[in-house]
Amino acid sequence: MNLSLLILIPILTLIGILFVDGKMARVVALGGAILQLALSVFLLFAYMSLTDKSVLAFEETHVWFAQWNINYHIGIDGISMAMILLTSVVLVAGVLVSWNIENKPKEFFFLLVMLASGAFGFFISIDLFTQFFFFELSVIPKYLLIANWGSGRKEYSAMKLSLMLMGGSALVLIGILVLYYYSVLAGSPTFDMQAIAKLGLSPEKQLFAFPFLFVGFGVLSAMFPFHTWAPDGHSSAPTAASMFLAGISMKLGGYGCLRVATWLLPVAAKEYSTYIIVLACIGIFYGAFVTLRQRDIKLMNAYSSVSHCGFVLLGIGMLTKTAMVGAVLQMVSHGVMTALFFAVIGMIYQRTHTRMGDEMGGLMKVMPFLSSVFIIAGLTSLGLPGFSGFVAEMTVFVGAWQVPDLFHRTATILATMSIVVTAVYILRGVGITLWGPIKNAKFENLPDATWNEKMAAGILVLSIIIMGTMPLWLSNMISNTTEVLFGSIIK
Amino acid sequence: MSFIDYIVLMRFEMIALLAIVVLLLMKIFSDGLKPATSLGFVVLSMLALLGAYFITGEGDAFGGMFVVDPLRSLEKCIISFATLLIFLQAHSWLKEQENYLEFCIILLSVLLGMFFLISAGNFLMFFLGLEMATIPLATLVAFDFGRIRSSEGAGKMILLSAFSSAILLFGLSILYGTTGSLDFIEIREAFTGSSLQLMALVFIFSGFAFKISLVPFHLWTADVYEGAPVSVTAFLSVVSKAASVFILITVLTKVFPIAYDSWTPLLVLLSGITMTIGNLFAIRQTNIKRFFAFSSITQAGYILIGVAAASAQSTASVLYFILIYIFSNIGAFTVIALITNRTGKEDIDDYKGLYKTNPLLSIALLLAVFSLAGIPPTAGFFGKLFLLSSGASAGLITLLIVASLNMIVSLYYYLKIAKAMFVDKSGYPIEHFISDNASKIVLVICVAGIIATGFLSAIFEYIYSLTIVL
Repeated sequence: MNLSLLILIPILTLIGILFVDGKMARVVALGGAILQLALSVFLLFAYMSLTDKSVLAFEETHVWFAQWNINYHIGIDGISMAMILLTSVVLVAGVLVSWNIENKPKEFFFLLVMLASGAFGFFISIDLFTQFFFFELSVIPKYLLIANWGSGRKEYSAMKLSLMLMGGSALVLIGILVLYYYSVLAGSPTFDMQAIAKLGLSPEKQLFAFPFLFVGFGVLSAMFPFHTWAPDGHSSAPTAASMFLAGISMKLGGYGCLRVATWLLPVAAKEYSTYIIVLACIGIFYGAFVTLRQRDIKLMNAYSSVSHCGFVLLGIGMLTKTAMVGAVLQMVSHGVMTALFFAVIGMIYQRTHTRMGDEMGGLMKVMPFLSSVFIIAGLTSLGLPGFSGFVAEMTVFVGAWQVPDLFHRTATILATMSIVVTAVYILRGVGITLWGPIKNAKFENLPDATWNEKMAAGILVLSIIIMGTMPLWLSNMISNTTEVLFGSIIK
Repeated sequence: MSFIDYIVLMRFEMIALLAIVVLLLMKIFSDGLKPATSLGFVVLSMLALLGAYFITGEGDAFGGMFVVDPLRSLEKCIISFATLLIFLQAHSWLKEQENYLEFCIILLSVLLGMFFLISAGNFLMFFLGLEMATIPLATLVAFDFGRIRSSEGAGKMILLSAFSSAILLFGLSILYGTTGSLDFIEIREAFTGSSLQLMALVFIFSGFAFKISLVPFHLWTADVYEGAPVSVTAFLSVVSKAASVFILITVLTKVFPIAYDSWTPLLVLLSGITMTIGNLFAIRQTNIKRFFAFSSITQAGYILIGVAAASAQSTASVLYFILIYIFSNIGAFTVIALITNRTGKEDIDDYKGLYKTNPLLSIALLLAVFSLAGIPPTAGFFGKLFLLSSGASAGLITLLIVASLNMIVSLYYYLKIAKAMFVDKSGYPIEHFISDNASKIVLVICVAGIIATGFLSAIFEYIYSLTIVL
């Protein structure tokens, strides 16, 4: 199994898009995305059938810059496998949703696929330098995507988002360079994560480097107080870009916090876990309550993303095996769920030309398919059993409850209570927009979903249901890796 | 040492000199030479210079005044390459001018001066080379005879460079007084690190700081860059800076290695200030040439990280960064030159909607700008990260934090250019036009360089193999 294909296919797709005209770009992009999804599923089965899951699978190493000890080193484990699946599902859905884009389609799909290729590379890299390369690759296309194809205050939001994410990656860069410096001090300069993890850095060094890496990645996963890019960015971005932002980019952050910062600097993670938990709880609550006040359904989902990503950080901060597995499950679940939410909100907006919930009403009567999907996304968000959200959040809570002291218990109880708030805004949102009489006469003749929209929604709903009804294979896969990586710190 | 040996040793200088002499003769004996013929001859002589790199021959001449080693040959090769690009890019502007040959002669003299500067093994040769590279350059700045700003820029440049030369000479005389020699090796042996000698080092360094336009010696840069013809601005921002950085590294590591602990903090401080101030000023610029002037000040700040780290890896990173910087900056200036010559527009606002009318030019400029900002997959990402990594190896963590935070600021203004071209709409966009072939060649080379230099680790490996032996 050649893992480099995961990067190669998007690159070939990009080249393909360069050579076709206008609307053909979407066909190439869709072809590439489907191929990528097929490859990811194939990779999943190949990974599941491995007997020894305690080491990196499908490892590949090529020397890149020998003088710096920079290698093109890739490999996957349970956690990255889950993220790869997520990314390819969202990619296919994102391309399908943007099928009918009129304005500069070629450029649009080019940037979209470039963003995804950065994410794929990020999730499979083991070398910090290579990883950072892909990380940055997925930051910049967002600016052009939002500024060109967005709506509302798009230029302001695009700039704000780019600068804040760049701020995050600057912090990550400092963290990486500090780690490199430590490896130089230890006599073996390296960017390789496996080698750095084995260095056995002293607690002082870990405590110095950890905040840079964790906060840097935390900016991407909308950690309070660095979440302010998320509402602006999401609400201004075109539908597919919102899906990518919330479904993939925010997960780059969560994955980085867990797989890079916490893995490489375990002692510091333990030391700082109190702060992580406090920030996560604030994020969860703050996000939930701000969501309550939104009229704009896209902003509603943007703020609820802040709240939901708080669970990821909470799971990481709790430092128990179950909570960490929950954190990864939450990343996957939220990624699919929020992509679905943004997709369906985008589709509704295309028809009604308003995103204000209270201006809609009775949409269930005119577009039953879209409305049902909206409800499914909502129920996933509030954690209804049978959907993925329940599995993920429940795992986080169970894991968090395993830590018996007062502080952790309080934090867990508080976080659990936010579910009530979530239920309030979801149910109210659904009620206002979908039920009741049709408020605006113009809405009476709106068409329901087209084939591409149905397919996009279908693939996301299917993922949610698969994950919600049979989560065991996924959580087993993740928990194997969690045990291997974090055996030293998890309780 | 036979005559042939001298020629082999001074192969770059000899070819440049020969080209200058032939050009002079052409000027005298042929009237109404076609611009294309002149360009052809100049390109040929530049290619000869590049070819000269493949002749090996090392050693020193004139009692250690003139030193040739593989690294210095590579440095000469790099600046010759950049100059070749400048000649090509200047063609579309120069062919409208009457003084095509003069421009070539003067630019080649500057290059010759830089060759001597790079090969200096003695402060006397160093100073001669420096002056030879500076004074003709001022005439080039004034080459746009019709524009008063051009002469103003030249005046500023010649006054300030005289001022900085004076400071430099003062430092050199103190050094001579305390060590009794001007030879690099003899000074190193006699260097004790006394406070008087350190003061001399500071004075010498401020001479360099002027040439590389480090803060607080940067004030001439924006005015001169804005006044000069675009091609000369490109030369100033790339070649002139590169040559000075090369000799700075030589001087610091060959002459003052003992004082490493004294000059590193100085460089770290200047590097941090330079990139910050350059960035803060670049944000406010509306004229694209001034904008690139300040952005080049920021880049100089980044280069200084590699100089301060002072290791084989860092020197290789500096050369590598400068090579990438040549591609990015000349690429950007070629687009600017095309647009300025065609329309006379120089404001960033004039670039609004450029993507609609001239998509390929916009993409070239976008790639160049992203490379300057250090965004993957352009080569600038690698160049910048290697400089930062070399700083990390030397443990300059504070500087790295400043540098990384500065990358956010610089992203803001580089994105402003991207925004103007790709997002903004304009009532009066620059009309679609066809570029001339020479500029097209430059753009293709630059874009290829911007994309390929980063991924091809062989280039870095080669440079490193030359720096590691020294």
